[in-house]
Amino acid sequence: MSEITPPSSFRLSGARSPSAEPPGAEPPSRARSGWQRLRRGKYAPLIAFGFTIAAFGIILLVVLTSETWPRVQKQFFNWSRFTDSWDVVSGAFLLDIRMFVIAEIVILAFALLLAVLRSLRGPEFFPLRALTVIYIDIFRGVPLLLIILLLGFGVPALQISWLPNGALFWGVTALVLSYSAYTAEVYRSGIESVHESQRSSARSLGLTQWQAMRFAILPQAVRNVVPALLNGLVSLQKDVALVYVLGIRESVREAQIITARTFNYTPYLVATVLFLLVSIPFARFADWYAKRDRLRRTQAQV
Amino acid sequence: MKKRLMIIGVAVAALSLIAAGCGDDDDDASAGGDSCEMGDLALKQDGKLTAATGEPVFPPWMMDDDPSNQMGFESAVVYAVADEMGFETADVEWVRTGFDEAIAPGSKSYDFNIQQYTITAERDEVVDFSRSYYSNEQSIIALDGSDIIGAASIADLRSANLGVQLGTTSLDYIDDIIQPSSRARVYDTNADAKAAMDAGQIEGMVTDLPTAYYITAVEIPEASIVGVLPRAEGVTDDLGMLFEEGSPLVPCVNEALDALEADGTLEAIETEWLNQGGDIPTLTM
Repeated sequence: MSEITPPSSFRLSGARSPSAEPPGAEPPSRARSGWQRLRRGKYAPLIAFGFTIAAFGIILLVVLTSETWPRVQKQFFNWSRFTDSWDVVSGAFLLDIRMFVIAEIVILAFALLLAVLRSLRGPEFFPLRALTVIYIDIFRGVPLLLIILLLGFGVPALQISWLPNGALFWGVTALVLSYSAYTAEVYRSGIESVHESQRSSARSLGLTQWQAMRFAILPQAVRNVVPALLNGLVSLQKDVALVYVLGIRESVREAQIITARTFNYTPYLVATVLFLLVSIPFARFADWYAKRDRLRRTQAQV
Repeated sequence: MKKRLMIIGVAVAALSLIAAGCGDDDDDASAGGDSCEMGDLALKQDGKLTAATGEPVFPPWMMDDDPSNQMGFESAVVYAVADEMGFETADVEWVRTGFDEAIAPGSKSYDFNIQQYTITAERDEVVDFSRSYYSNEQSIIALDGSDIIGAASIADLRSANLGVQLGTTSLDYIDDIIQPSSRARVYDTNADAKAAMDAGQIEGMVTDLPTAYYITAVEIPEASIVGVLPRAEGVTDDLGMLFEEGSPLVPCVNEALDALEADGTLEAIETEWLNQGGDIPTLTM
């Protein structure tokens, strides 16, 4: 393993990524065009800059010279509408954040439980394994929107007195049930990525199946899947908005309300900006974490 | 059904005769009148009047989810307008649109869209409206046994959980005038609001009065109209047909609507489809 992994100093130097051209694809001859040399040399950043300007320039040109652009601008990028709707939409966005935080905490715990149950060995655990498989199959297979509608309107209509009937409660519950199914599979992939020898060693030290899972497998498994978990987090952060079908006035719904009243789409832009403000830092953090993790592992191997 | 169709047919035929007579007078009198001659109309399809509406459409505005059967208030209005403008019944073409499609920028595939659009100044900035063809009223519905049954004033509704359909003046009415202590729930459709009422998540829903009649009579017989909501001062709730911004057709449709109002056709259609009678109390402010 270690001899084919390039030293990290080499991987970090130079602008190109080693994976961009597999070694076999490179022609053995030294005759490279001037362009090839240019795009690898000190001009690389300049070239990147030039191409970026050109690409965005063309997009902007196409958009701005479009015949209907003045109307589109008035209906989608209207600054006074933007500032007018900011307070209402951003106020409602706090509800999105609250639902997201609560749902995510429950999902991380519940999904871990599901994954552990599904990874249990032994015939006596078959019913548990079967139940988790059925659960995951169903909740991964049904569109989230349908789960929200069925739970949000359907369950309370049964009028079971000891069950809460609030739209907010059932909306968040639907998010938890759906995302837990995905997240459980992420955890499971982590559990299965831990080498079998880890389990055997732990068992041979006298740990029970539970203890081996708790102290040997899970710590490694979870670390392996943190980037994938963060990915799911970003996805959930956007999907919380779907509970608006239950009448809940979160940010996208408030934007819709203003849009329907004024026939102006700018409030959607407000919601877009708000979601980006949260999801981009998450995405950058996920990238940063994945990179740090990769470095740590490669260095450990050298 | 057949009989009703025949009556409408006879009425339409009679009216068209009257209208034809009036039309000639108009042309002589008004300067811009000739731009509404059949041949001069800027139509999406030559010789056809392309009207759009939602999908599905609900009574009493249209019946049986079929805009072309001339039944229901808005369908009847469209055919009366078409006739007034000189179109044959068969020349009216229907397309179905979603709400968002109708208000998105760009050219439209139809001459006008009719689905209880309330005319407001803000909307008028991005689309054009005809003159009003109906002046709407708001009302509140609740399931029998709900706390708000028997409410006598707007104040009695403040503590209730209310639901409403997105994009309606009913929502503006709740937010601006009732101002309940917990904010109104806003649903995609009245159907979702009804589901929420069944689920016990809301105690009442606000809709326009004609829709309320239909919902309580047909869709949810266990519900009843608590009352008509009083008009706030200076607030109008006029329905208009929606055109793409700058449509040259607007004055011609307006001319037709003016004529239909003048000869009493509009009122007759309204009486036939919207006025359900009954003594629904109007709540006090």
